[in-house]
This record gives sequence, structure tokens and C-alpha cells, in this order.
Amino acid sequence: MLSDQIQTQINRELGKYPANQKQSAVMAALRFVQDEKGWISDDDMADIAVVLDMPQMSVYEVATFYHMYNLKPMGKHMLTVCTNISCMLCGSAETVAHLSKRLGIGLGEVTADGKYGLREGECMGACVDAPMFTINNKKLCGRLTNEKIDQILAELDKQ
Amino acid sequence: MINIEIDGKHLEVENGSTVIEAAHDAGIYIPHFCYHKKLSIAANCRMCLVQVEKAPKPLPACATPVAEGMKVFTASEQAVKAQKGVMEFLLINHPLDCPICDQGGECELQDLAVGYGGSASRYKEEKRVVLPKDIGPLVSAEEMSRCINCTRCVRFGIEIGGQMELGQAFRGEHAEIMSFVSGTVNSELSGNMIDLCPVGALTSKPFRYKARTWELSRRKSVSPHDSLGSNLAVQVKDNRVMRVLPIENEAINECWISDRDRYSYEGLNTSDRLTKPMLKQGGQWQEVEWQVALEYVANGLRQIKSGAGAEQIGALATGGSTLEEMYLLQKLLRGLGSHNVDFRLRQADFSADGKQAGVPWLGTSVAELNKADRFLIVGSFLRKDHPLLAARIRSAVKHGAQANIIHSADDDLLMKISNKSIVAPSAMVASLAEILQALATEKKVAVDNSVQPLLQGVAASATAQAIAKSLASGERGVILLGNFAQQHPQAAQLQLLAQNIAALGNAKFGFLGEAANSVGGYLAQAVPGASGLNAAAMLAQPRKAYLLLNVEAELDTQNSQQAIAAMQAADMVVCMSAYKHQGVEYADVMLPISPFTETSGTFINTEGCVQSFKGTVKPLGETRPAWKVLRVLGNLLKVQGFEFDSSEAVRDEALNGVDVLSKLNNSLQGLTVQTVSTTGGLQRVADVPIYASDAIVRHSAPLQATQDAMAPCALMHSDEMKKLGVKSGDLVKVNVGQGSAKIKVSADDTLPDGVVRVAAGHAATAGLGAMFGSVTVERV
Repeated sequence: MLSDQIQTQINRELGKYPANQKQSAVMAALRFVQDEKGWISDDDMADIAVVLDMPQMSVYEVATFYHMYNLKPMGKHMLTVCTNISCMLCGSAETVAHLSKRLGIGLGEVTADGKYGLREGECMGACVDAPMFTINNKKLCGRLTNEKIDQILAELDKQ
Repeated sequence: MINIEIDGKHLEVENGSTVIEAAHDAGIYIPHFCYHKKLSIAANCRMCLVQVEKAPKPLPACATPVAEGMKVFTASEQAVKAQKGVMEFLLINHPLDCPICDQGGECELQDLAVGYGGSASRYKEEKRVVLPKDIGPLVSAEEMSRCINCTRCVRFGIEIGGQMELGQAFRGEHAEIMSFVSGTVNSELSGNMIDLCPVGALTSKPFRYKARTWELSRRKSVSPHDSLGSNLAVQVKDNRVMRVLPIENEAINECWISDRDRYSYEGLNTSDRLTKPMLKQGGQWQEVEWQVALEYVANGLRQIKSGAGAEQIGALATGGSTLEEMYLLQKLLRGLGSHNVDFRLRQADFSADGKQAGVPWLGTSVAELNKADRFLIVGSFLRKDHPLLAARIRSAVKHGAQANIIHSADDDLLMKISNKSIVAPSAMVASLAEILQALATEKKVAVDNSVQPLLQGVAASATAQAIAKSLASGERGVILLGNFAQQHPQAAQLQLLAQNIAALGNAKFGFLGEAANSVGGYLAQAVPGASGLNAAAMLAQPRKAYLLLNVEAELDTQNSQQAIAAMQAADMVVCMSAYKHQGVEYADVMLPISPFTETSGTFINTEGCVQSFKGTVKPLGETRPAWKVLRVLGNLLKVQGFEFDSSEAVRDEALNGVDVLSKLNNSLQGLTVQTVSTTGGLQRVADVPIYASDAIVRHSAPLQATQDAMAPCALMHSDEMKKLGVKSGDLVKVNVGQGSAKIKVSADDTLPDGVVRVAAGHAATAGLGAMFGSVTVERV
């Protein structure tokens, strides 16, 4: 079941669209679920389909099309490292290697304690700060060096 | 109209059409995969790229509208180069498994690869792999690596089937066709996706690895399973039906068929087919020669006639019997001096007999349903009873028509329903009367005197007023009475009300015929007339002898418990059937007769279209076409006029040069209306599930493995269940009439209060009484 908070958020979103085009809110609805739970389960998609009066398969199509939706739990702090051209030229391979070493996981994996997830991302549109990663798709961390990464991880460890 | 030029040919085409439509109309073929004339334009396969003058690059012909003065080149150097390029891309990930692919030989990709593909691939990398899916017992999605992502199956589901069961998940190279959470595809039209699939990704599960397309001979036939009369291509190998496909007929089935039509053939060669005549002697069944069996029947009938009188003989046929069979059956009976013959086995109310101006029919042509703008559908499990008519109505609704429903169950019709009134069966007459009342008020006219008694004390509800408004605002309204309305104990009153509503609303009204020959049965005179007993009376007042043509008494009748009792009490029961069925318990003779694939015959569909067909395979074992069996019986009993040498001769005598269309008339005159007081308590709502509708379907293993064929439950509103103290999944005892059945109970809150929905036509509920009327439910 979708929480009351998600339900409220979806209702507010629905106000932006004509009453007969509820499915316009599907991307927002998926985002609300992910923000709250960290990932989107099949049951959540089925619930969204009911709320937005659309086929379950349509919700699934959208959820699988965009890679920023997590279809499995990706840990409390999901780090998405950009590996596109600018970041690559500025050493994103080193960023990934360092994170892998520190966390003991590869791309697309989650630490055993469920605290960290690591994944590859596409251009975040801020190449001036390359290389970079995001934390839970929300917080952008740029001009990464191994020391800076250690510092960020130390802060996250405290949370 | 605008002028364009395709490959140097000057054409005048409709404004708004696309290049590919214009080209195909002019007989110029443009290669394509994702384009299909009945589906929306996706333009994702890019195979139909053509050169257009002044366009900087090739354009997809399926998505390019024609424009005045446009010059199109479909086979120019630029066009062919583009098409070959697209083909190379399509083949990159397509497996080279044609030798083991079921689609081989009838594959659009294979065919076009011959013309546009290279002789060798330049691609050296690994091909993508898509995991197999299990989407149910009918459609196989085992080799999804073959999919070229044209999305025809997805669009079919959304646009024609009305539900999106398949979709394209993920993206780019990872895109794949799948169902949500590995669900099965449950649409009653799902088999059409196989026809639409241009490659071997979706194939027919029962047909897999059975035969190659070039080994099959293709013979025309007509579907015996519903009143539409879909045109079939029955494909045969070694005198065995291997597969059934649609034949395009725009006026009837367009290019589709329902799964029932497509997969019923799997029931044709099962081990319980009756292949030799059988006689019960001293309580033991013995296989005998035809001559012995027929003489036994003739003697028996002669004895009963001379002893008890001819009126002690009754004959029942299913509505799916051919015109010829029904004609000879009634001719035989009448020759013996009995008028007790009927094919309306599920009907309860026969008060319209003799007051009907003609043969009840659809009231409009099938094709016109697409153009109607208002519907009032009374008592119909539309999707399951008439899958393709439902698709037509769905299409009309999509184009702006309003659908209004009166029914006792609220199954999802997968279309927008403007207004609905879901009431108990006993309230249906009143519900329809309310609409008439509201419509009369709306139009400010008086209603006909004949229906006045039904309007007494009726006050139109808000829903009735909304439906009346909807009907009044339309120009091409259609009022349709479904199977449920025809089987209803006040069917004639429903008909009279519908007739009056249609008259006030300037609408057409008619019946969604119950069976393949619902119209044909009347024209074959397989109805009792004034001096005979109808189907219900024949069972209520048991006869000494019954001739059953295709009938399984416990599954095909309105009151199965009464039917079984009548059969068991009779001195002689002759079962003419393709199957060994429950009849072995009450019959004395079992005569093996041919199903539709093994006999020639005629079906007259619900719009009055006469369609004759030939046998597609030889009769199995010693099975014989029923018309031949009846002919011999006629000769043995020395009944006049049984010298037929072909089924065509029987048909010509039956129709005797009549103009079928002139015989069709739904008008009801002089009906004395009696209002029925209802008793309290629960009422039964009985549907005949889609895969329980006739014997062939009931024997088809793949159809019986679908969700629609699940064992029937007693469905009730959860409030009613609370009153009884039962919960979903509990076993309950359902009592109807003298009979009872133990089945599971399940909650269905779309049902009105005071009803229990228990399906008929299934062995689990065959012991129950009538399909309508009071029912009690007990905890076990």
C-alpha cells in the first residue's frame, strides 16, 4: 500500500493535469515512492496503476525505461558515479575504483549491511565539476579526489 | 481527394491517408513490419522508408501523410538503400534459427530478408539474448530473442483487445516485450497477437513443432462457437486439423478470430471422441454397426409412436448444429407426427412464440455496430459471449459512442461505460421499464398501450434518466439483448420494452444471437410451432423418447437437473454426439456424428448472413455427418421427402428460395404482459463461461487450461457473505431447485445485493436447477 504521504503528494501532482489524463503523473508518483522507500517494488507499481487509473504494464514500462528508478533496493546511500565522457577524462575510473575498494562492492551492487549502493550514471549536466557522483539522486558531489571521497563517506557513516 | 504520384503512377487519394495506404490501394507493395492497417501507427521498424521528392532523407511511408503533388519512389536507389540498411539492423540481433522456428515459411522477416537482406552478416559481436516468458497456455513467448520490437502485439492489446497485458519494458538494446510481473495474457482475443507477430517471437503454443506451413492444406470453414460466424481457414495435414486461422471478412470478423474459434480444434481429436455407434444392452454399452444402431432407433421410435403416441417423442438440438441437421431433425419429427422440436435449450420464457413477426436477429448488420453512436446493452456477458462483437462495440465507443448497460453482473467490458444499472435478475424488467418511462418523459410522447402494465408504479431513477438522455441524444442508437436477457424468465417482456425504447429513441434493437445458428434454427423450423412442446416444456413434462442432437443434457440446458431427470425417466434416449459424454448414464443409443470440421453445412449468423461450408477432414472412425444419419433414419422410418444426396440439397429445400433478410423481424405483437411478483431471498445469476459454451470447446485442453475455464465459484457480494458467515475460499453448498452443488465461495463486490453468481455449462454445477430463480447457500 502507498503511504498517506505518497498519496498526498500524488494528489497534489494530479492537480497539475486534466482530470482525464491522470497518467501524466506517473513519473512523479514513481519518484515519490522511491524517495520514501529507496526503491520501487512491483506492488508499488501495481498500486500506482490503480491510483492513476492506468494499466500496470504502462507503469512498468515507465519505471524500467528510466534508469534513475531503482527496481531493487540500492542501500541507504546510493552513490551514482557519472562515467560519461567529461567525467571519464577527468578520472571517473579512479573514482569508481576507489569507491569499490572502500565499500567492497562493484557497480550495481549493495553493501552487505545495506548501507551503501554503487551504480553508474549518465551525464549530470555539471561537467565543470567532473568527476562527480550523486547521493540518492539528490545531492551532487563534484571535483572528487580520493581524500574528498573518504571525507564524504566519513560523514555518511555518521548518519 | 488529392493527387500524388507513386513510382510514376498518378493516383487520386483521400486527403489524410498515408503513403503506405495509398500505395497498397494502388497495388504497390511497400515492405513493412510494424505497420498494420487495423492498428495505430508506430513507425518504429523503419522498414517502409521511401524516397519522397524534395524531402532531404527517406521518410517512413506508414507515418507520412499524402500531400498534393507529392512524388514518392518506393524502389529508387535511395529508398532501396535505406530499406536494406534497416534490414541489416533488424537482422543484427535476430537469431539465425529459421530451421527450428515455427514461423519459418510464413515469416514476414524471412520473406523480406530474401529481398532486402545481405547474403552474409557484417556483424561480428554477440547477439542480444532475451529470456523466454510464460504468458499462458495459448500463446508461446519462448523465443523472445526473435522479437524485432514492432509492438504490434502491444498495440493490439490496447486498441482491439481493450487491455494492455503486454508492454515493452526497458529501453534501447534492452527493450523487451513482456507482461507485468510474469502475468499471463488472459484476453479472449490473445491468439490474434500470433497472427500479428511478423516473426517467430509469439507463436501458437498448442501448434508448436507440429507442422510446417507448406505441409498444410488450407480449407475454408465457419466458426460454430458463436453467432458471429467468423470465417476460418482450417489447416489440415494427414487428415487431421492442425491449426485454425482467420480468413479476412471485413463485414463479419474483420481479420480477427477469438481464442475460442482458434483453439477449439484441439478438442477434435481427443480420446473421448465417439467413433463407433454404441448400444446399451442389458445395462452394458456395446459397440455395434451403424445398421444395427439405426434400426434399433427406428424400431424404438416406431414402438413409442404406436404405443404412447407420437407426441411422446421430443427432439432437442443445440444452436450450434447446422441448418441442414436441424431441418432434417424437425422434418423427421414432424414426419412421425410430433412437433416437439426445439434448439433454444437455455431459454426459459417462450411467451413470445407465435407473437413474433419474424425470426429474431441482431436488428442491424454487424458492420454497422462500428458506426452506432449509442448502445444500450441489456443482459449480456458481452466479452465472453461475443468476443468480436464486443471488440466492434469497443471500437465504436472509442470513436465517441456511448455504451449503457443493464445487467446483473458488472464484468469489466474493457471500454468506457457511460451509464450502468447493475440489478438483480428480478429487477431487470423494472430497470428497463424505468428507461422507457424516462425516455417517454424526455421525448414528451406517450408509450404504447401494450407496455403500460409494466410501467405502473415505476419511477425513473437517476441512472435510468441518464440512459434515456444518452439514447435520446444519439442518431444511430442500437439496443441489444444479450444471452442473459434471452435466457431470462421474462425475456419476452424485456424484448417488448426494448422494442418500445427503440421506437421512441429512433434506435434499432435486436438480439446478440446465443449460438452459431440462432437465426438458422428458426429458418430450419426447428421450433415447435403452435402444436408442439418447446425445449422447457419437453423437459418439464417428460417425454418417453428423446432425440438429442449435439446436446449434453446436463450442460446445454436451462435447467440441467430437470433435464437429467427427464432423460433418466425416458424409455429411449438417442444421443447424436461427437463425444462420449455424461449421456452414457441415461442414453440407450450413442450415434457418433461429425463436428463442424468433418461435415458440410450452413450457419446463418446473427445478422442473417448465410454461410455454407464444406467438411475439412474425413469423419473420424465411423463417425458420420448428422444430416446423413438423419436422412437414413428418415428412410428407415419411411418418412416422405428424405431423398437427399447432398447437404446442399437439404439447405436448398430448407431455405426454399426464401430471402433470408425478409424473414428477419424482431417485432413482438399482442403479448399479454403479466407482472411477476418476486419472492425474497437470493437469486441465481448464471453465465455460461466462454470455454464451456459447447462440446468441442469443452474438450479443448489448451482452452480448459486458461483462466476463463477455471472451476466455477459461487460469487457473492461480501455483505451477503457476511450474513451467511462465510469467507472467500470456503466450500459451500449451493441449492437451486431440487439440485445442489458443493463449490467454493468467493467475494465479488461488483455484484448487486441478493444474488449469487454460479456459472452453468460446467460439470461442477451440472446438478443444479434453473439458471434463474431462487438459490440458497449453506455452509458446509
